Amino acid sequence: MDHNQQHETSHKPIKRKEMTRRQFLSYTLGGATAFMAGGAILPMLRFAVDPLLQKKTATPFVKVVEESKVTAEPQKIDFKVHQVDGWYESDPKMQAFLAKDDSGKIFALSPVCKHLGCTISWGGEEAPNLYHCPCHGARYTKDGKQLKVAPKPLDEYEVKVENGWVYLGPLEANTRVK
Amino acid sequence: MFKGMYNWIDERLDVTPMWRDIADHEVPEHVNPAHHFSAFVYCFGGLTFFITVIQILSGMFLTMYYVPDIINAYYSVDYLQHQVAFGVIVRGMHHWGASLVIVMMFLHTLRVFFTGSYKAPREMNWVVGMLIFFVMLGLGFTGYLLPWDNKAYFATKVGMEIAGSVPWIGGYIKELLQGGTIVGAQTLTRFFAIHVFFLPGVLLTLLAAHFFMIRKQGISGPL
Repeated sequence: MDHNQQHETSHKPIKRKEMTRRQFLSYTLGGATAFMAGGAILPMLRFAVDPLLQKKTATPFVKVVEESKVTAEPQKIDFKVHQVDGWYESDPKMQAFLAKDDSGKIFALSPVCKHLGCTISWGGEEAPNLYHCPCHGARYTKDGKQLKVAPKPLDEYEVKVENGWVYLGPLEANTRVK
Repeated sequence: MFKGMYNWIDERLDVTPMWRDIADHEVPEHVNPAHHFSAFVYCFGGLTFFITVIQILSGMFLTMYYVPDIINAYYSVDYLQHQVAFGVIVRGMHHWGASLVIVMMFLHTLRVFFTGSYKAPREMNWVVGMLIFFVMLGLGFTGYLLPWDNKAYFATKVGMEIAGSVPWIGGYIKELLQGGTIVGAQTLTRFFAIHVFFLPGVLLTLLAAHFFMIRKQGISGPL
């Protein structure tokens, strides 16, 4: 560094990145306001999203019918599940179609149409040996395979057989057909 | 970033003059606590409004869980208070805020009274302020019934007896408020409707008038 340069630098005013008083005040005021608003709003938001974050309890198996009563022909079986809905507890009635397949294994299908959620029925004159939906004419085979209108096969209940009784568990996607 | 966003909007809608009208005005020395600490008494009106905003917000969130029905009201309140995260806080804000808003409003009224700020040309604003006072009391009275517990029920019974004691028309007022001859299912839904729709609507209108007049007439001069 030669003499001239040194002279110049030493006389340059020192440049610091200083905050103006106005900036400082607006940052402190803004920060304090944000803190206070956050303190009031965040608990409310957490309160509102609570249903998303509540622990989901696993669906327990429900005893529905004697094993001997299940035939190869699907039958509609009523059963009740215990349901806790916020402050309201009830035992809503559910339905499932139970049948035995060719190997004698029991399976249970949900009666809720995979098209738009109406309730399907089995057989009858309209659709012999098929599930049919009254709303938009969806059809399914005994295994729940969709034939028309519906985009997916019928959902299937998890089935457990114990001491001659059939128990139904959580509902899942059809495992028998695609 | 915010400055960029603000400028983008301002270029299109020219919001700066509106913003100036609302917020950019001088605070006179005699109402600025930084000059005279005793001027904090001029903060009570603003504090009342601040708590009112919290009441509206927390009330909106409470209605996500509350049901105005004699079978389920108590259970829904119990559920939102004990099972929902921060339920204690949100209901607590609404519960304590309800009392605090009355306290702050009363202090604000005392300040206006003792500084003589109600005098001409501000008489109309005093009247509007009094109406706000009664609307707030109405909000407190109707909100008190909503949890549908013993305290709520009997407080409302007492209120109904007072309403019924008005000469000549007391019986009619009582039955109109109750929505029937007893404090029951119809009283609860009626109070709920009054608490969350009718009175807040009236309150917001009155507040708008209150604030419009204070901006138009300015803060009253020093003592």
